Amino acid sequence: MRGPVPDTAVTTSPAGALRGLSDLRRVAIVPALNEAGALPAVIDELRAFDPGLDVVVVDDGSVDRTAAVARSMGARVLRLPFNLGIGGAVQTGFRFAFENDYDLAVRVDGDGQHDPSQLGLLIAPVLAGEADIVVGSRFAADADGYRSSRTRRIGIRLLARVVSGIVGQRVTDTTSGFQALNKHGIALFARDYPHDYPEVEATVMVFRHRLRLIEVPVSMRERGSGRSSITSLRSVYYMVKVLLAIFVGLFRRNVVPQEDAR
Amino acid sequence: MTPLAVSIAGAIASFTLVLVVLELIRSHRLRERYALLWLATGLTLTGLSAWREGLNTIAGWVGVRGYPPAVLFAVGILFILAVLLHYSTVISRLSDQNVMLAQRLALLEERLGDDATA
Ligand SMILES: Nc1nc2c(ncn2[C@@H]2O[C@H](COP(=O)(O)OP(=O)(O)OP(=O)(O)O)[C@@H](O)[C@H]2O)c(=O)[nH]1
Ligand SMILES: [Mg+2]
Repeated sequence: MRGPVPDTAVTTSPAGALRGLSDLRRVAIVPALNEAGALPAVIDELRAFDPGLDVVVVDDGSVDRTAAVARSMGARVLRLPFNLGIGGAVQTGFRFAFENDYDLAVRVDGDGQHDPSQLGLLIAPVLAGEADIVVGSRFAADADGYRSSRTRRIGIRLLARVVSGIVGQRVTDTTSGFQALNKHGIALFARDYPHDYPEVEATVMVFRHRLRLIEVPVSMRERGSGRSSITSLRSVYYMVKVLLAIFVGLFRRNVVPQEDAR
Repeated sequence: MTPLAVSIAGAIASFTLVLVVLELIRSHRLRERYALLWLATGLTLTGLSAWREGLNTIAGWVGVRGYPPAVLFAVGILFILAVLLHYSTVISRLSDQNVMLAQRLALLEERLGDDATA
């Protein structure tokens, strides 16, 4: 287990330093499946980064005290009646953000692997109007820290190649769930979000809807408590499934840009 | 040896299955998760129909002497069984979830008070 990433001028920008942020309604979407152990620290860190950030925990059918822990810390909790999988869970959060008219949403894993103090890096380009969706990448240029297991890294690289080729822009980490989105991003994902290994397909979808996606380097941590859902057999299944989805998706015609986009 | 007409008909039929499955995914009527088994079925049967010597060899292995295309039937039936079994698991999960949804709804309505049900 690694401690928090060392503070440097770049990795930590307290939310106060982000101009215009305080005028926006902003929400953190935290998907959590049996993360009662890791959640308190995540919520604390989110508040430390930005006290004005509403925290919404999506409890994806946990069998531990995830929902109770989140509620006791003052977070709003969307409790799903059974496990929907990460895609369905996260989309519940996007729907919440859309229906409650939030201007900005960040997505942070409930397992503590994403460091909320780096959120400034993700939010800045959104605030500057440079992107609709900003993804924290473990593999972009100067990122360091946890990079997942060897086999999964190979898979992530391969998917990144395929996706880069399709969208015509270099993406390095198509599996990162550390993201910030503006209203356009929220609206798109509230309406349509892929299922059980969603980020790869979502990346392609974003480009096909002509939204602007950029990556910024971040470092991620090793898992604190709980267990990763992704075993190696599953990774192979997901690879096949995701590649199939991407390639078939290429032949879809109904990908007109959203009317309200930009 | 498999009659040529059988090979051609088999290959066309199974490849059509592949195309239909791809089209169903494309038009959002079939989720990738449920399509994978169908694709495997279609591709395997296409392969076995088109690769005539292969079918012969496999027929030899499993002791089919007179009529190699019988292997096509056998493989086809195996895949159909796999798909059906898969569906049974899917239906079981759906009905469990349905029970849970109904229970959650009842609890929610109770919390909202009687007028919510009126
Ligand atoms: N895996 C999984 N995670 C879920 C689900 N629903 C919500 N989550 C949450 O989604 C986040 C990401 O899941 P992880 O299993 O850590 O996936 P990951 O971060 O890509 O994988 P690791 O690098 O092994 O941690 C965690 O906060 C989970 O609690 C679900 O159905 N499956
Ligand atoms: Mg994780």
